[in-house]
Amino acid sequence: MIHVGLNHFLVVSSILFSLGLFGIVTRKNAVMVLMGIELVLNSANINFIAFAKYGNFGLQGQMMALFVIVLAAAEAAIALAIVLNIYKTFSTVNVDEIDTLKD
Amino acid sequence: MTEFNLIQIAIAILFLPLVGFTFVLFLGKKIKKAYLFELFIITITFLLTVVLLYSKLTWFADKNIMREFTWISFQNLAFFGNINIDLGMLLDNLSVIMMFTVALISMLVHIFSVEYMRGDKRYNRYFAYLGIFTFSMSGIVLTHNILMMYIFWELVGLSSYLLIGFWYEKKSASDAGKKAFLVNRIGDIGMFSGIMMLFNTYHTFTFDKIFAQMSTGVLPFHSEFWLTITGILIFMGAVGKSAQFPLHVWLPDAMEGPTPVSALIHAATMVAAGVYLVCRVFPILTGDALTVIAIIGALSAFIPATIALTQNDIKKVLAYSTVSQLGYMIMALGVGAYKFAFFHLITHAFFKACLFLGSGSVIHAMHHEQDIRQMGGLRKKLPLTYITFLIATLALSGIPLTSGFLSKDGVLQGTLAYANLTGRWIFPVVGFLVAMLTAFYMFRLVILTFHGEPRNKEKFDHAHESPFVMAMPLVVLSALSIFFWYTPNPINADAGWFLGKWIKTPTIVVPQHARYAFMRNDVTPENNSAVKIVEPETKEITFSESYTEAMHHAHIPAMILSLCVAGLGILFAFLFYFWKKISADKLAEDVAPFYRLSLNKWYFDEIYDATFVSFTMGLSRALSWFDGTIVDGIVNGAASVTKLASTISGKFDTYVVDGLVNFMAYFSGFIGLILRRFQTGKVQTYVVLVVFSLVIILFLFKSF
Repeated sequence: MIHVGLNHFLVVSSILFSLGLFGIVTRKNAVMVLMGIELVLNSANINFIAFAKYGNFGLQGQMMALFVIVLAAAEAAIALAIVLNIYKTFSTVNVDEIDTLKD
Repeated sequence: MTEFNLIQIAIAILFLPLVGFTFVLFLGKKIKKAYLFELFIITITFLLTVVLLYSKLTWFADKNIMREFTWISFQNLAFFGNINIDLGMLLDNLSVIMMFTVALISMLVHIFSVEYMRGDKRYNRYFAYLGIFTFSMSGIVLTHNILMMYIFWELVGLSSYLLIGFWYEKKSASDAGKKAFLVNRIGDIGMFSGIMMLFNTYHTFTFDKIFAQMSTGVLPFHSEFWLTITGILIFMGAVGKSAQFPLHVWLPDAMEGPTPVSALIHAATMVAAGVYLVCRVFPILTGDALTVIAIIGALSAFIPATIALTQNDIKKVLAYSTVSQLGYMIMALGVGAYKFAFFHLITHAFFKACLFLGSGSVIHAMHHEQDIRQMGGLRKKLPLTYITFLIATLALSGIPLTSGFLSKDGVLQGTLAYANLTGRWIFPVVGFLVAMLTAFYMFRLVILTFHGEPRNKEKFDHAHESPFVMAMPLVVLSALSIFFWYTPNPINADAGWFLGKWIKTPTIVVPQHARYAFMRNDVTPENNSAVKIVEPETKEITFSESYTEAMHHAHIPAMILSLCVAGLGILFAFLFYFWKKISADKLAEDVAPFYRLSLNKWYFDEIYDATFVSFTMGLSRALSWFDGTIVDGIVNGAASVTKLASTISGKFDTYVVDGLVNFMAYFSGFIGLILRRFQTGKVQTYVVLVVFSLVIILFLFKSF
């Protein structure tokens, strides 16, 4: 039975972050990109809680994680609304084809 | 009649001719009869002058009336301190008598010109010019300071120029005008320098103040030498204006002007202004300056007299005679015979004006023929002209009962006395020689013109006596050539009122040892009282006892000698031209070199042409070359250099500055071309770039 320490949490968090980032960068579908963002947020939550557990911060980490979850819910709602608008405008949610930002 | 009234009259006399000039000049083209106004003005002026002369000589004979006002006032000027320039009038006997002469002759010439100039296309303008001449001449005569005199001096030069060149369509006339003007400038430069030296020393232009300061011992640059120089410089003005040697060359040429003008300006009044100037500054002339003046006068008396012997133009003879007589006056001033110089100036003005107007009458009658070889026998056709001309000729030759005898005798007496006192016998010798020459050439002129057989029958037949307006001035002037206007005693001028009462030699203010020996005061402060008792009332002492004595002794010999030489001159004239006992042509052949020298006026014009004129022309040409080649070359060179510099600068601008700017633009564009590849517009690419950059930054800052 190995002892689970801070590093383990951080490794898990890093893997999660990397997967999220990978999803953001590689997925064509905007909804998949949003899911990648959720993964990145959750990896941050893990970090908060891990530091709260192993550090001397009291319950501040947990509070911040809860706050981030609430924020993520709000963000998801808004982002989905944006995606819907994008779809309305471009008739697609493929982010490769939405490149008007370069003009 | 108070003194102030006299000043008022004098101001009116001065400015009336100016009014006439302005009126006639500006309205002459519109109003055909404008000349009558000028005539009226000059008559009024003359009448006022008579009033002035009479009042001054009757009530104020011994008093100099002066009024002045400050014209320009400088306070605390650098180098000079306070300077006040006054303008004003001085009425002494000298100026009122001179003024009378000027006004009278001017009026007579105006009247004479009415007929003589009739039909001229610039008739009114001619009278306007006469008006400005009268104005300027009055200015010279009436002023009390040398600056105003200089101003009017130049104005007189201007009117002389205008009138000599009156018929400017004729090249010789316009050339003569220019010559007169330029030659006069040479003299005027000297006069101006002299005036400046006086002003520099005394800080005033007024004669009286200058004399007063000099008598207290203030001298230019504190030396008598510079006083002499000042005197000679001022005298240079007189040399120019009075046509003295070596600047006499303009006067004979000035005869290109209308004959009445020659009478007024170039014989009687303007040329006498030089003598008048020397009279005015006489008190400041040192012995050395007077010697120079006497030498110049003697040369001017002698050389033109010899030239007049052979001239064939009636006006040229009179012109050279004028120069000669002016030389006489100058010589008289130079030897200290001040009174007689001025006396000769006045008498000469009348009889020479008469001679010139007479010659004008002859020329008019002969339809503008001036060559005496074409005349002869005119006595019968022009009896009145003949008589008046003869009287004036007698006066000029110095025959008793004429005014000329008195004044010329006085001049010769002065030279004799001077020679007696100083041993310079050359002056009386020249004087008597010139007297003989004068009598000779004047009678030659009279005989050739009026006697003998007419040599040009056609012109003789058309000749006619002049009308009244031309004859009247001749009569008046010839009457003034008789002795009794000046003195009751026909052989002693001193007895008369003119020299006895009116004209007095001024007090010399030059330091004692700079004067002629005989001009030094006999009265030294020590034995002052002792000498003064000697006949204080009965006898006028001029300069000194010895001089007065010498003058007294010279009187009789001078008179007899002058009579002899004049008689001799007339006798020769008759022998040559009337009885034809001696052939003038044969004599001319015998002494051919002298004859040619005289005929060609001693080659003065040729000498001046060869030296001064050609030198000036050469200098001008050199300067013109310098201007055209060097100065213009420098200017053009500067232009070329500027042009070159501009071209280079332009090229630099186009290629270097613009190149740099364009390069910056291209470079920016190039960078942009590269960087635009990173801006794909795809969010995911950006995220990759951000992460990638973050990773690099983390690696870079790993060590911190």
